[in-house]
Formats: sequence, structure tokens, C-alpha cells
Amino acid sequence: MANANNHATAIQQYAIRLADDALILGHRLSEWCSRGPFLEEDLALTNVALDFIGRARMFYGYAAELAGKEFTEDDLAYRRDTREFTNALIFELPRGDFAFTMARQFLIDVFNLAFLTQLQTSTDPQLAAIAGKAVKESRYHLRRSQEWMQRLGLGTAESHERLQNAINELWGYTDELFESDALDAELCAAGIAVDLGKLKVAWEPQVREALSAASIQIPVDNWQASGGRQGKHTEWLGHLLCELQFLQRAYPGLEW
Amino acid sequence: MHRLMDWHSDILSIRPPIGLRPRPAGSTPELLPELSTEIRAILETVKDPEIPVLSIAELGILRDVEVQDDMITVTITPTYSGCPAMTVVEEDIQTSLADAGFSNITIKRQLSPAWTTDWMSPFAREKLLAYGIAPPCRTAEAGKTPSCPNCGSAEVREISAFGSTACKALFQCQHCAEPFDYFKPY
Repeated sequence: MANANNHATAIQQYAIRLADDALILGHRLSEWCSRGPFLEEDLALTNVALDFIGRARMFYGYAAELAGKEFTEDDLAYRRDTREFTNALIFELPRGDFAFTMARQFLIDVFNLAFLTQLQTSTDPQLAAIAGKAVKESRYHLRRSQEWMQRLGLGTAESHERLQNAINELWGYTDELFESDALDAELCAAGIAVDLGKLKVAWEPQVREALSAASIQIPVDNWQASGGRQGKHTEWLGHLLCELQFLQRAYPGLEW
Repeated sequence: MHRLMDWHSDILSIRPPIGLRPRPAGSTPELLPELSTEIRAILETVKDPEIPVLSIAELGILRDVEVQDDMITVTITPTYSGCPAMTVVEEDIQTSLADAGFSNITIKRQLSPAWTTDWMSPFAREKLLAYGIAPPCRTAEAGKTPSCPNCGSAEVREISAFGSTACKALFQCQHCAEPFDYFKPY
């Protein structure tokens, strides 16, 4: 627990960052509820949404615990504005069509599986415990999203085109997932955080191989968007939070 | 203080290591087994709200019970991170113990070791099967497909990776054409 004491504030920020990623993606997936292309996919999308929201609750809950009840997990989810959210941009992009949603999911599932596998060995016991639960879910998520890459990429001309468009649009947002800042560096040195630089080495070949098997090209142009970790977001996050936070903004402190 | 989880070992075929603490000096062991039988019977009535054929002990959600003086601490672990049934499970534990006259109840949530379907006993698996849900195979053989709980045929196909709850997938039997839930190995 020496690590936790020395780095309590940093761990708190780190947990909030991971929770923000999970909450925002969970919300995007939940938007598919009753709009899935067919019933089974509707169920799958919303079940995956639930896994991410559950993950967000565990990370927010831990951050709140470290802060000594100064705030609650609900305060973190419902009472912060866009500039205070530190999720990477890829999570907040609008859900797009089904191909876009599944392409993002695939890119993130590959990332999450590698990330959580590493986080399981964190010297912070609670982060390691959360990762130990979540990693099993990500393994299952990836199985499904990778199957969809095949189905869409090798399906009809239209499904292939839609998946290719999605990858073209998403590719420039993937680099941010591997960006390290001072917080990562501090916690990495203490064996608490995941070394993101090392992850990319495993992520990229795996993604390239799966997409190439689905006959999808990786875009060659080189733009990269970034800023989410510093609270600089796309305009889409504000719209998302309007919906996500509406009840607590309109009726502060409202409970079931 | 007295540990109640030993009764569990006959129905749980695989248990994660739970460190048994020695009973502190000065406790009155001769009275505790009686109390433990009572609490054990009460907790056995707490069922999973989504799968009411199984108790939370049989599912492996119930991890530990400690009794110290008049205080009962119940430790549970969530199945899936976002499982909405956990709040109901906590309420049911509180209510069932309160109804029996216990008032000093604490419920602890524990994440590690992470819940696994491998904790489900053969007996619990049989109950699931009789209820019409194909029980999970061992996680070591996670790729294996289930047999139809209706006719026993091995010719089945997956319809959906997720069923009515996060813990299940939807299958259909190719032989008797019956759709069925599969409790995923996890």
C-alpha cells in the first residue's frame, strides 16, 4: 500500500481517466438500445454498454474512495463539464452507422484486452482487481467485434464500403490511445500504470492482420487527433453530456 | 469470530483460496455452530434475481460470512461489472437477515479474486439444466459448445453472443429446433 499512499492523487486522476473512457463509450453504445439492426445485436450492444458502465462505476468508485468521500462516483459522472472529462477522443465520436460502431469497438477491444492484461499486474491492488474483472469481459467483446470485421468486410459491397469508411475516419484517433503524459510516467515508474508505448507494438500488428483478413485497407494519410486527456474535446462530447447529465442538472441531487 | 464458509465446500467443487483466520481466544465456539446453521439457512433462501433457481451461494456470489458478537459481515462479489442484479442481491440479503431478527449487518463487495463460473458446483449445474439453461463448461474449455438442455443433442448453433442477461448467450438446437439460453463459461 506504500504506492497508494505516495501516489494517491495521481492514482485518483488515473482512475478517473479510465472511468471517463468507459463511461463515454458505454453511453455511446447504450444509444443503440431499441435501434439495433436486429434484436440479437440490440441485446449485444446494450450488454456491452452495461459492461463499460459497470467498469466506469468501479473506477469512479475507487477515485471517490481515494478522495475520502469528498465527492461520489455520481458527482464525477454527472457534475463535471466537458473540459473536466479526460477520455480519449475516439470514445466520444458519435455512434455513426453500425459499421462505425463495430469498427470503433474492434479497435478499442484489441486495445483494452492488452491494456487490462497489463493493468492486472499493477502494484495498486484495487486497479489490479478491477482489471482482473474487466479483462474477461473484453476478451468476449473482442471475439464478437472481430467476427463483425470479417462479416462486414467480406459481406456485401455496401457493408465493405461502410466498414472501410469507418476505419478511414477512425484511424487518426487511434494514436491518442497510446499517448503518455506526466501522469502515466509517474505511475508507470511506480509499477502502477500501464506502459502505453509497449502496448502499441502489440496492438498495431494485431489490428492490421485482422483488418487485412477482412479485406480492409489501413489508411495511409497521417493525421492524428489528440487533446482528450487535457480536456480538449470534440464538439460531440458536449452534446453527449447534455443527454447523459440532464436529470442531475435539472434536478440536482435527485435519487431513485 | 467464526467462519461460515466451510459448509460451502461440499457444494463448491473449486474454491478460490480463502485464508482461514484462527478463531480468536475467548470466543464461544460451542454456541456459534448453531448460529451459523441458522444464518446459512437464511442465506440459502437468497436467490439470484435473474436466475431464481440458484442461490447466491450456489452461483459463487456469496464469498464469505463473518460473525463477530452481534455483527454479521457478508462478503459478495459481482458476476459481471455492470450486473444490475447486485443491488437487488444486497437488498435481499439485508431483508432476509433482518426478517430473522438480525440488525447489525454489513455487506462488503469484493472484486478479487474475480468471479468465475468454475465456482459453480455440479449440483448447481444440474439445477440450471433442469431449469432449461445449458450450464457453463469449464473455463479451460471455453470454446466448447453446449448440448441442448431440451433433447441433449450436440448439434447446436449460437444465435447471439448475448442473451437476456450479460451472463448468457442464446443458442438454438438444430435437432429439436428449440432455442435455449447458455450460461457462458466465464
